[in-house]
Amino acid sequence: MAAGPLLHERRAPADVLLRDFHVLDPRCGIDARHDVRLGGGRIAGLGAPGTLEAGAGEELLDGRGRLMLLPAFFDPHVHLRTPGQEHKEDLQSGTRAAAAGGFAGVIAMPNTDPVLDSAPLLRSLRDAAAREARVPVGFLAAITRGLQGEQLTEMAELTEQGALGFTDDGRAVQSAGMLRKALQYQRLCGGVVALHEEDSTLSRGGSMHEGAISAELGLGGIPTISESTMVARDAAIAGYEDARVHFQHLSCAASVDAVAAAKARGWRVSSEVTPHHLLLTEEDVRGMDTRMKMFPPLAGASDREALIAGLRSGTIDCVASDHAPHARDEKEVPFEQAPMGTTGLETAFAALHTGLVLTGVLDLGLLVERMTAGAGLFELPASLIATGEPANLTLVDLDAEWVAGESGWVSRSENSCFAGRRFQGRVLLTVAAGAIVFRERALAAVALR
Amino acid sequence: MNHLLSIEELDRVAIERIVARAASFAEVSDREIKKVPALRGRMVLNLFYEASTRTRSSFELAAKRLSADVVNFAASGSSIEKGESLKDTVLTLSAHKPDAIVLRTPWAGSAELVSRWCAAAVVNAGDGKHEHPTQALLDVYTLRSRLGGIDGASIWIVGDVAHSRVARSNIIAFQRMGAKVTVAGPPTLIPRGIEALGCEVRFTLQELESADVVYALRMQRERMSETWVPSLREYASWYQINGQRLAPRQVLMHPGPVNRGVELSGEVVDSPQAVITAQVEAGVVVRMAVLYELLAGTRAPSVAPRQAETAGAATVGGGRPA
Repeated sequence: MAAGPLLHERRAPADVLLRDFHVLDPRCGIDARHDVRLGGGRIAGLGAPGTLEAGAGEELLDGRGRLMLLPAFFDPHVHLRTPGQEHKEDLQSGTRAAAAGGFAGVIAMPNTDPVLDSAPLLRSLRDAAAREARVPVGFLAAITRGLQGEQLTEMAELTEQGALGFTDDGRAVQSAGMLRKALQYQRLCGGVVALHEEDSTLSRGGSMHEGAISAELGLGGIPTISESTMVARDAAIAGYEDARVHFQHLSCAASVDAVAAAKARGWRVSSEVTPHHLLLTEEDVRGMDTRMKMFPPLAGASDREALIAGLRSGTIDCVASDHAPHARDEKEVPFEQAPMGTTGLETAFAALHTGLVLTGVLDLGLLVERMTAGAGLFELPASLIATGEPANLTLVDLDAEWVAGESGWVSRSENSCFAGRRFQGRVLLTVAAGAIVFRERALAAVALR
Repeated sequence: MNHLLSIEELDRVAIERIVARAASFAEVSDREIKKVPALRGRMVLNLFYEASTRTRSSFELAAKRLSADVVNFAASGSSIEKGESLKDTVLTLSAHKPDAIVLRTPWAGSAELVSRWCAAAVVNAGDGKHEHPTQALLDVYTLRSRLGGIDGASIWIVGDVAHSRVARSNIIAFQRMGAKVTVAGPPTLIPRGIEALGCEVRFTLQELESADVVYALRMQRERMSETWVPSLREYASWYQINGQRLAPRQVLMHPGPVNRGVELSGEVVDSPQAVITAQVEAGVVVRMAVLYELLAGTRAPSVAPRQAETAGAATVGGGRPA
């Protein structure tokens, strides 16, 4: 039987000498040029540039002091659609997309078909991941059976079988009493409870952010209070029960305020934000492009500003893509009929580097910290660039320009809200659990010996 | 003009051109044989995903008066009920090579989507709560006939603005024609942010007397079950346009069908201020003008009506005025 919290296919460890790369790892306090040796699945050596020699059978990649080496990213919120919706994505295609985006670990959501709400299903999924997943993948199980909000899943059995925690993502637990019971049960079984926040009595009938643009387009609006009142409610329940909760995909200023208030009280809460909420607003929905339809909806400009400030201050702990693939024909329908969600794994770093780092809004080191912090929030070790650590690395060219989607997608789906945008900064190579899991074709041109 | 997808995309000049052309078609309705051969051999497909009697028959009549062939395709009893997607339906029907598709659906933006999927000229006959451009054009036509002009007029749109595509198209069209628009209704039925369209927002009918035109919207009974308003009785007591509220000098409009005793009292429906049947009449000539704009002259046109000679595009391709 599969073991360990995260699972992936077996691949041969890489023997690579990375010569003269700019290594940036905020956790290890490194921001300088180094030679890095990978061998036996670990970081086998770290030295001043030009000090390490390539051995026999060792691949040499030359960064020429220009290419960056970062700790590999971690995404605590992806939809891999297995089981039941493999026409959108599966364990293999989704984790290959993760590798292409520089991620060496992802956490899959349980809103599959059937819902991941039982130990046997979790066992079979983990077995499949051990055979098929390109990068290590962990699973959150449902809080309530069938995501119906009415009966708890067998939480203790699920954590025993390797669930990292619980979420009803895609829906909120509407009943405060039901959530409280789940948080009480957390004392027995552990695991983080991750919360999609949405008061459905406020969001019902809506398909975009409520405001001037929804009024103009005649689309039902989803008010930000649909999210923020639930964040405040559930933070209070977590505080009362001394439970550990994680708020998923924050989208508005009021929710950031609610999380900040909860943290100030010492409650054990954390939160995430997506690249699309950090970079896009309701204005981007004006053309009714269904790739811009996601939950929570893209909000106003001031909400976006608050999310950026929250990420910078640490009120928001990490970036998560909420990678939500949908088939082309499912999205080629009128806006109100379209399913919610955008893909995000392949564009997350490039989009944020282009939109926030190059514009001077966010420091690169801070972005790297927030794109790797998700692991720690789920009690998993973070990627570190230090001798002896497992090799989890992302090699990027910060100068490379590309257009999102121009040469297709690794994901099975193409519903990217960033399709067609020009980005600067490209992942060239990803090393996960010691093995090379992604290699950009351009790498040969820029870093061959 | 390749399509008519929204009022938003029409400027004042375009609106005036269509309205003027509609006026030139008005005479056709008074003929013994109510038909001109302008669109002979062209096919107009009415694709309706929502029940509609008057809009559909108005388009059908307009197309037939221009001698076009008309095919009606309604949602009930069709492939749509069998789960076919909008795109597949449009691609399938496109195989019949319609020259125009008149589309009504419950989904915002669908007319624009369809215009990208097929070669036909697309006319938006209502897309969800978004727009209903021919309604706005016929309302502009009706008001100009009644008042002579709209510039500077104060127009109040009263009722369920939130669920009304008519309200959205008319707010835009009336303002573009120089009117000042106020929307009034219960706070639960006035969408947050609507003032961004340039209209003023009121929650009561105080000062209704300042309006030159009162445009009442249909209050759909099903809104009751969703508790948008506590009761239709209370709604009527606050927002019904009745004999006490409507001044003799004011013009009363309504897109139909009217709920007598709810948004309008019976007496005002039957009063000389009401132009509701004139609106229905205008519907046909305005839709004739729209179909003519879109289809005549795109390929070798057949025969243009007498009054449209001045419109240059109409005769391009060798057509001769009748």
